[in-house]
Amino acid sequence: MKSSRDSYVSTTNACKLCKPMGACLAFRGIEGAVPFLHGSQGCATYMRRYIISHFREPMDIASSSLGEKHAVYGGEANLILGLKNVLSKFSPRLIGVATTCLTETIGDDVPMILRKFHRESRIEHAGPDLPLLVSVSTPSYSGTHMEGFHAAIKAVTDQVCIALPGSAAQDRINLLPGFLSPADIRYIKEILVDFGIHAVVLPDISETLDGPALEDYEKIPSGGTPIQDIRSMGKACGTIQFGRTLGYEDTAGSRLHERFNVPLHALGMPVGLRETDRFFSLLEDISGLPTPRKHALERGRLIDAFVDAHKYLFGKRAVIYGEEDLVVGLTSFLAETGIRPVICASGGRSGRFREAVEQVTRDILAESPMVCDGVDFHEIAGEAEKLAPDLLVGHSKGYHLSSRWKIPLVRVGFPIHDRFGGQRTLHVGYRGTQSLLDGIVNAFIGSKQEDSPVGYGYM
Amino acid sequence: MSTDVSVIHTERKDQIHRKGEGDFDLSCNRDSLAGAVSQRACVFCGSRVVLYPIADALHLVHGPIGCAAYTWDIRGALSSGPELHRMSFSTDLQERDVIFGGEEKLHKALDELIDRHAPKAAFVYSTCIVGIIGDDIETVCASVAEKKGIPVVPVQSEGFKGNKRAGYHAACKAMFRLVGTGDTSGIPILGINILGDFNLAGEMWIIKDYFRRMGIETVACITGDGRVDDLRRAHGASLNVVQCSGATMDLADMMKKSFGVPHLRVSYFGVEDMAESLYSVAHFFQDKDPGIMDRTRALVKEELSRLYPVLQEFRKALTGKKAAIYVGGAFKAFSLVRAFRLLGMQVVLVGSQTGTEEDYRELYEITDEGTIIVDDSNPLELTSFLKEKDVDIFVGGVKERPIAYKLGVGFCDHNHERKEPLEGFIGMANFAREVHSSVKSPVWRFVPRRNGRV
Repeated sequence: MKSSRDSYVSTTNACKLCKPMGACLAFRGIEGAVPFLHGSQGCATYMRRYIISHFREPMDIASSSLGEKHAVYGGEANLILGLKNVLSKFSPRLIGVATTCLTETIGDDVPMILRKFHRESRIEHAGPDLPLLVSVSTPSYSGTHMEGFHAAIKAVTDQVCIALPGSAAQDRINLLPGFLSPADIRYIKEILVDFGIHAVVLPDISETLDGPALEDYEKIPSGGTPIQDIRSMGKACGTIQFGRTLGYEDTAGSRLHERFNVPLHALGMPVGLRETDRFFSLLEDISGLPTPRKHALERGRLIDAFVDAHKYLFGKRAVIYGEEDLVVGLTSFLAETGIRPVICASGGRSGRFREAVEQVTRDILAESPMVCDGVDFHEIAGEAEKLAPDLLVGHSKGYHLSSRWKIPLVRVGFPIHDRFGGQRTLHVGYRGTQSLLDGIVNAFIGSKQEDSPVGYGYM
Repeated sequence: MSTDVSVIHTERKDQIHRKGEGDFDLSCNRDSLAGAVSQRACVFCGSRVVLYPIADALHLVHGPIGCAAYTWDIRGALSSGPELHRMSFSTDLQERDVIFGGEEKLHKALDELIDRHAPKAAFVYSTCIVGIIGDDIETVCASVAEKKGIPVVPVQSEGFKGNKRAGYHAACKAMFRLVGTGDTSGIPILGINILGDFNLAGEMWIIKDYFRRMGIETVACITGDGRVDDLRRAHGASLNVVQCSGATMDLADMMKKSFGVPHLRVSYFGVEDMAESLYSVAHFFQDKDPGIMDRTRALVKEELSRLYPVLQEFRKALTGKKAAIYVGGAFKAFSLVRAFRLLGMQVVLVGSQTGTEEDYRELYEITDEGTIIVDDSNPLELTSFLKEKDVDIFVGGVKERPIAYKLGVGFCDHNHERKEPLEGFIGMANFAREVHSSVKSPVWRFVPRRNGRV
């Protein structure tokens, strides 16, 4: 496997974002929560800007706004002041405090400060209305935004779920989707309803990062996973966790298993036919019902579309990049259509990327794609150039390669900064796969039409 | 509708003023209040925006990946030649670097990138973490500079060491290391440096062309479409013409002190300010070139004769509409207040992230009674002001846009990401068109705020 450790010291055009960014995105999917960064003011502002440009939605992230003297004497006082100010103006039900490289390095003990704050506020207010304070350690120098995202979800389950009396609810599951689009989350919730399954989906950004026009600016956007539901996740009869590179250990799902004996079903991100089949078959097992006709039809139409599309796609060489689990899902899907994934690349470095790509491609591809982890776009370009790709699949930041090589880029994932509707991109399930397939086939048809001097009206 | 005062923090009350209510004494230039969700960025951001457009320099961010990732190709700062500035370089510090120090990694990264890209100079930006672990960037830069034979300039932009304005200062100090190191032969008497324009959507080219038509040559563009060699000989110019005073005024001051180059403060936004800027430069050179004033008058007349008919149309449609302004530096707000007035519109809210006492005093002078003036505001305050004033259009940047749109208020992007030039006479027409295209859109009749009262 290609890895940046083998080649360059410097990073050029990174294919990853920083850890606290992922934590902020995860906290945004909890009802009544305010994401809070313990660090310098710039971190919160840069991330807000980046997130707003994709979702086109408000994204307020509070900051402890540390200055020079705090870096020397510690950030405790400003963290507490910041929490008080968030309490008084936002009336949150939860504040998710993520650290940054600054506060990790000066050594602030955030869990200790939060406990102290909680103790003292309880005395001051003498009321039960204090919000939950969840802390997560997210030093930017260790891991990517995806590690930050999953660490935040794990911190939430660790710090919010409690042991409740009684046996497990047989009609309740937990679903940990990872970082999907609001449209994906809406669709997954629809599937679960259609199966009659009650699920706690954590996080749930379906409304918080894709909300309606409103008369008032909501201090905290409506929607998100209700805290009451998170508290009782230990009572579920199972946890479904998406993401083959997450592993079974030390995830929110594995912790729920350890603490409350909730069985963990670890699946790949359900992109493409086979990974979605695995998801639906699990839902059939859990619900004891066959796949509802509506979804069976969508599956049938998808296969019909695979057939209709196969000649446009066979043998086309694709470079797929982005977050590891999304790349694994996309690779699995592209391989099903006859497209040949030649490079699977990510700035992430979970250590499980190669194996995950192997798992989803070994019985369908004659030749394994090159798998590169911990790489930047300079390295991706260096490898891809030799392989003459026909297609790029990934987020907006690969556009420069698409324009240099004059090949289409099908935009998926995050961020999509140069197209409209990134928050409404569907990736998962039969429906999401269908929509990706249409986009990819049309990208090829479009470029063939453009490149031809004939001006074909039928393609 | 009145403002929901419950959203205003006690500590921030003296950073908000309503013209006509008591004496004007706005507090500003303070650290942002923790937990208030300030719209401000950091020192690094200030340095990065100023130096970013220098197109043939290598810009290496020494720190963890975020700082470089979030500033990759984010501005519309165009270059007529090399485009090295559009790439994002980082040392991507890892845990072991934080423990053992990042100097060796920085050294190797510089070696590698300078060999690969052959830049004219390299800027090395410090980030928060570098300020804490104490890497001696200065020494690393000096050693690489000697080895590679190009200037390698450290930028002291540790994020937590102040706000964006401290970053402007750090950028100016970095640029000043280059100024005075180049050959000034061949620079004409009527040679100027243009400071504080970033060539967003090609604005520098518009301004440069005006000066060319006046008979003036531009020595260095600082920093839009900027080049290292031009910076090095910039001290040979007769005058520094400085816009966006917060960002590059420090450099102009340093150049005045060390090289005796005088400077003029200008603004290229709006008709009055644009014309006034050209006249003041013409006035400066009048002794050297008696014909310059006539040429400038002719230029302004020609541009205005093209612009006014266009503006009249927009003015007809926009008269009486209400505008709100929240921008990074206050200088832009002065011009915007006048530009809106020219369109028959009323500014009811004006604020900035990093304005100075002097800036806010000037805003107080030029605004109407009842206007809210605010320093270092946040989404909750801005929302309540927009609602109270029933604003038709909000001018700001990316972070302000969703505030406006969620409430059903029009928006004009006047930030670094804009793709339409808003400077110069042509820029005023574009600005009017942009305001018009948002205010007059039919979509507002459907939003909840406007239901039943179109």
